[in-house]
Amino acid sequence: MSKEYPVIGLSKPRIDGREKVTGAAKYCGDLKLPNMLYGKLLGSPHAHARILSIDTSEALKIPGVKAVITAKDVPSLKYGISPARWDENVLCIEKALFVGDKVAAVACVDQETCYKALKAIKVEYEVLKPVLDYRTAWDDDMPQLHAEYAKNINTEIHQEFGDVEQAFKEAYYVQTDVFVGARTYQCPIEPHSALCIWKDDKLTVYSSTQSVHYFQHYIAREFGLRMGDVRVIAPYVGGGFGGKLEPTGLEFCGSVLSKITGRPVRMFYDRQEMFQHNRGRHQGTYKITNGVDKDGKILGVHVEFQTDGGAYTSLGIASAYYAGALLPLTYEFDNYKFDMYRMYTNLPACGAHRGHGAPQPKYAFESSLDNLAKAIGMDPLELRLRNARRPNTVTPNAFAVNSCEMKACLERVGEASDWKNKKKPGGMPKGRGIGLSTGSFVTGAGYPIYRTDLPHASCMIRVMEDGTSATLYSGSVDIGQGSSTILCQMAAEGMGYRYENMKIVCSDTETCPLDFGAYASRQTLMSGWAAKEAGEGIKKQIIDMASVMMNLPPDDLDCVKGIIFSKSRPKVQSLTFEEVARKLFVLRGPLISKGVYTPPRLGGTFKGAPVGTSPAYSFCVQAAEVQVDEETGVIDIIQCWDCHDVGQVINPTLLHGQVHGALFMGLGETIWEQVQFDQNGKIINGNLGGYMLPTTLDMPPINSMLVDSYEPAGPWGVKEVGEGATNPTIGAFRNAIVDALGVSVNQLPITYERVWRALKEKREAEQTQGK
Amino acid sequence: MSNASIIGKDGVKRYLITITVNGDPHSKVVKANNTLTDFLRDELDLTGTKKGCELGDCGSCTVLMDGKAVNSCLILAIEADGREVTTIEGIASTAEIDILQQKFIEFGALQCGYCTPGMVMSAKALLAKNPRPTELEVRQALAGNLCRCTGYVNIVKAVLSASGQEVAHD
Repeated sequence: MSKEYPVIGLSKPRIDGREKVTGAAKYCGDLKLPNMLYGKLLGSPHAHARILSIDTSEALKIPGVKAVITAKDVPSLKYGISPARWDENVLCIEKALFVGDKVAAVACVDQETCYKALKAIKVEYEVLKPVLDYRTAWDDDMPQLHAEYAKNINTEIHQEFGDVEQAFKEAYYVQTDVFVGARTYQCPIEPHSALCIWKDDKLTVYSSTQSVHYFQHYIAREFGLRMGDVRVIAPYVGGGFGGKLEPTGLEFCGSVLSKITGRPVRMFYDRQEMFQHNRGRHQGTYKITNGVDKDGKILGVHVEFQTDGGAYTSLGIASAYYAGALLPLTYEFDNYKFDMYRMYTNLPACGAHRGHGAPQPKYAFESSLDNLAKAIGMDPLELRLRNARRPNTVTPNAFAVNSCEMKACLERVGEASDWKNKKKPGGMPKGRGIGLSTGSFVTGAGYPIYRTDLPHASCMIRVMEDGTSATLYSGSVDIGQGSSTILCQMAAEGMGYRYENMKIVCSDTETCPLDFGAYASRQTLMSGWAAKEAGEGIKKQIIDMASVMMNLPPDDLDCVKGIIFSKSRPKVQSLTFEEVARKLFVLRGPLISKGVYTPPRLGGTFKGAPVGTSPAYSFCVQAAEVQVDEETGVIDIIQCWDCHDVGQVINPTLLHGQVHGALFMGLGETIWEQVQFDQNGKIINGNLGGYMLPTTLDMPPINSMLVDSYEPAGPWGVKEVGEGATNPTIGAFRNAIVDALGVSVNQLPITYERVWRALKEKREAEQTQGK
Repeated sequence: MSNASIIGKDGVKRYLITITVNGDPHSKVVKANNTLTDFLRDELDLTGTKKGCELGDCGSCTVLMDGKAVNSCLILAIEADGREVTTIEGIASTAEIDILQQKFIEFGALQCGYCTPGMVMSAKALLAKNPRPTELEVRQALAGNLCRCTGYVNIVKAVLSASGQEVAHD
């Protein structure tokens, strides 16, 4: 059984709960400063166009328009988030590369005037032929987006571990399948915004960002400022899911507009502009070849992927590597080959969308395994059990796995879903199907996004003078996942204090020590290590002081939930944390401590080896049961199951909440969600009526379960849950739908119409055979 | 609606309106095209009412108008003239928070919190006319409020619990 602790492992209420339920919580778009202006970006109406001229004179005549800027007013230094491919300009210089690409920016007295100003800017374009299909983007007759990248290939990867060809020769059965994914979008409910104040040589940016540190670094770099003169603050952030990890142009343009006007400028996207900025899930074509022996043991896997990166790199290099890097995690096989092309197209850039590059390839892999199981006549659960990764193993691409309860998760989901009985002939009603998939994800990236030797996480704790509260100062960012809550639980646990007395100041580069922020599911482990160390630093000072006050050796004392007591002599009068902390302040001044975390050196030495490295990996299994209406193709989701190996749990309610949300997102991507474009590359469903997020009525009951696990690389044994829970989802639902249909569907989203067509084709094929 | 209007230099008609918000009457001159959302957020600084889509799709801007849940982004401020509006800031009558707000915290029914005010307001309207809703009725009442974080699992539980029904925690 998991160990029990006084503070961690308990469903403490969210530290920000009251502010959020009362509407008091301020998000970036809620901020207002005296004399503030509103700002917007002008987007290109063409997917691919040369900018011939821009005339801003009419816009500037409109009352209330305070500034209009174009490329000549902003730095020309290219930026991005992946340093290997900085390919974005603050404002387009020569060409616009997708519908919505930023061409100019305005600052006005109110929001309505912004829209008027944008309409009055006259841009003369030479419309160029756009590249809209990633599958043909490398053809000779296709125009090139970026001069430096021939054939519109943004990233090309070829990795081989072991000998796949030999493995296929030795295999009992080899099967190749091709699966197709869809473009989806993170769709946080809070639109992006940035409030910029450039005053007296200091630039302050409030932003709806997932990482204040990366923003500070990139903004300082772009403007040639010292990091000390740039302050980035994330107020409450209304969801991110990867889409708010990189600068948008709102920050850069807002800063320039503030400098020009001498006034604070709040830039904002509306919903359509969010869809255009995008950075969502890459769509791709995934060819997968598996070879197995007679017992269903996987001998070799060869994956050949091609994805649609959109107009810019964004985080796409990492997404491209992640696409293949994480596939060997849940199953043990020695021979693995990964070929990959990420293509440039004149569509919005794709980036890191919950699970980063992994969920769509994982859907393809798990779908191929179900096809394979069917071909060799093996139960899909049995096939996975036979190949399940064991603890303390190393993947072919050199990821060291410590804790791993893959097998236990499979067994648990098998039992909970009554898998065996349902899979028996007649075990389920007609039109019903059940499917499952495994998943795994990094608990924080082993290496930072840009090359630096800075630690990944750090924090400070300051105890109030009278000991009645303690504040954690952490550069971490709570985008809703609950990091502020669990870090305070971990700090309090380390201190021997009470969670209820904790406060937090976070996501502000000026008041908080560095933390890389909310991405790669890193904060529980990495920021958690720092919080633990800082907490224990306070506890040591408290125990040492109490030792003097109680005249007992420090080794004999402990501090639990704010009470200091003798371990050997229960009758000795205990002291309170408050008494001792106050004494410490009187004698020595502020009671403070710090914590810092840098991961160990991880992974192999081959090209691309760092992507996918992590101190620890989560593991999980999801299963889904669906009912398909054979007349209409409508899919009714009966229920679904998730069983997770997350190591030690810090807050069960928040943890299950992550599973619910990840499953919800993956379910949407399986059946309803897809960003759609017209023949000119313009988004046709850039709103929440056209882009179909699941509603309350679409969500099935979710059974979220855990297995016991302890991860030696994590503080108190923790691992991630936020993104890994999206990793198996699409595959699980796809496999359930295919089980219900009795015919393969290999393209996302598996809409009711696609189901209806698949059934129609199946009936027609059966009739033809019957004749 | 008041008929008295003035035309500004920009050619846009403006009206003097009075809306009672959370019990307090507020008289303001507003442009004919101002939405109720902007009136609440910009004129009264009641930013608990959120903007998520401005098209009536997401429900983040839900408020009660004469007790009925409405998307305030689809209502012009002048249409609310003379009406009673309740926002998230006004649903608790005392210093204590509303039972729905308590249950949202208790059940972990919020994550990023951006949809939360709208969710609470829709749930408030539901419980006012249907004090013991079934799970399906809760889901139907909240179907116009999108949440990207929670999968709605704990939101539905929180609303059922707020109506006095037994609900299991995770």
